[in-house]
Amino acid sequence: MHDAIIIGAGMSGLAAGIRAAYFEKRVCILERHYTIGGLNSFYRLRGRDYDVGLHAVTNFTPPGSRHGPLARSLRQLRFDRDEFQLAPQLTSRIAFPDHSLSFSNDPGMLESQLSEHFPGQSDGFAHLVRELPDYDDLDETHYARSARQVVESYITDPLLREMLFCPLMWYGNARQDDMDYAQFVIMFRSIFLEGFARPHEGVRLILRKLVRRFKKLGGELMLRSGVKKIELDEGRAVGVELEDGRQLASPRILSSAGWVETMRLCGQPAADQDRTGQLSFVETISTLDQMPAELGHGETIVFFNDSTQFHWRRPQEELCDLRTGVICTPNNFDYDPSLGGLPDGVMRVTALADHAGWTGLDEEAYAEAKQDWSARSLASAVRFVPDYRPHVIDTDMFTPRTIEHFTSHINGAVYGATTKCIDGKTPVENLFLCGTDQGFVGIIGSIVSGVSMANHHLLRD
Amino acid sequence: MTPESIRQVVVDILAVINPDNKDRLANIDDEQPFREQLDLDSMDFLDIVLELRKRFRIQVPDDDYGELVTMASTVAYQQPLMQDIQVG
Repeated sequence: MHDAIIIGAGMSGLAAGIRAAYFEKRVCILERHYTIGGLNSFYRLRGRDYDVGLHAVTNFTPPGSRHGPLARSLRQLRFDRDEFQLAPQLTSRIAFPDHSLSFSNDPGMLESQLSEHFPGQSDGFAHLVRELPDYDDLDETHYARSARQVVESYITDPLLREMLFCPLMWYGNARQDDMDYAQFVIMFRSIFLEGFARPHEGVRLILRKLVRRFKKLGGELMLRSGVKKIELDEGRAVGVELEDGRQLASPRILSSAGWVETMRLCGQPAADQDRTGQLSFVETISTLDQMPAELGHGETIVFFNDSTQFHWRRPQEELCDLRTGVICTPNNFDYDPSLGGLPDGVMRVTALADHAGWTGLDEEAYAEAKQDWSARSLASAVRFVPDYRPHVIDTDMFTPRTIEHFTSHINGAVYGATTKCIDGKTPVENLFLCGTDQGFVGIIGSIVSGVSMANHHLLRD
Repeated sequence: MTPESIRQVVVDILAVINPDNKDRLANIDDEQPFREQLDLDSMDFLDIVLELRKRFRIQVPDDDYGELVTMASTVAYQQPLMQDIQVG
């Protein structure tokens, strides 16, 4: 008998597990796959390491900062931040036709770029920042408001609005076209006011630290243990049945499987299927024969859009929409010299993708589509960075199919459901949500979600 | 446990919750709220309560969190709960 069962060994499940195990709960994490990480995972292919998910850890604040989600969540998990070897970004850029804005982990850079490129908008931007609620002050009213409407009241130039929304939507908006204001605030703070960083070893370092700590505290991790159904007794969750028929009893269940997905496991298909997210991605990861800096590319992340209007929608006509994308260069972080650089030059290009289109392909067509769209993604990206295509020596691509496989999210929706479940409660007693559909995304968001849901639902007697 | 050893327990817990507290703890004013002195937030107070439960099986009801304001008030609040605990 466990005190708690956690479904999913992604960032949020592991964080919740550590928190519960540290305070002496007998806790078991069930993971469908043979490996941990969920959306944020890693693999080895043809002798090289690849990361899925993580481009950068957001919410970066310098060592010694006591505030903000990064410092707080590490504190709550009793980690020393040095353990994560977080190297800050160099600079990143929002690239639109004829206009670009660079930003770094110093918010002053974006401010000065704004006054240079959009001189009339600086006051409005400063006003927007001044009135941005703190993370802890976000409530239902902020979730119900349209971010586009709020931002319009501060920033009158439509191009600048599109440019500001571009990275924020790319890194954390589950809804199409617009985002709720609370999510806008979280993303704005975590990207423009805090910043990007990356562990030298990538996401595997974070996962390894989390899983080791969990096990050291006595937590049990069961891999290849997919949940077939959540057992109910008089409307209360009492345990789970695994796909191989094993049954586990537990008075509390915390699920990171997603809102609609979790309700399905209860045999209660959620009435609000329209909450299901629509946005999925493809990503082409290229290994180069040179370092990107040697090719003239010294930036960390480039968010591009090829017209004045930013479209944040599931592609309708084709498998991918290449008008906008993200180019991430893992080499371009300020790594500690003692750790050396990364072994290879790497460029990652992410584009919007249509899940239904990708999952409808047979194996042969799927392989062809990967090749085709990988080449087209690169062609799209090199409009905004030096052409690195002649230097590519190896390529891999993940698609909505991959994302669905590792996250269990319907539609391969990277950021999950469009309406979040902030208090983590479900209609089923003793069954709670954490992770993407509870309300926070990204590495730090997922950890915050796991910690806070454990605090609220697993640690109170 | 004596008030002195209870105070030491609280100091130890505050150092675990945030290792950066160590220097500040050496100079803490027992009569002033530690929220400001140590820059604690509401999550940190939850951790004090959970650490006490883990270490000494003491339950602090939600309504009593308000007692944990200063070092002096925290020690005074815990004294009846901890007086029978033998230090190992």
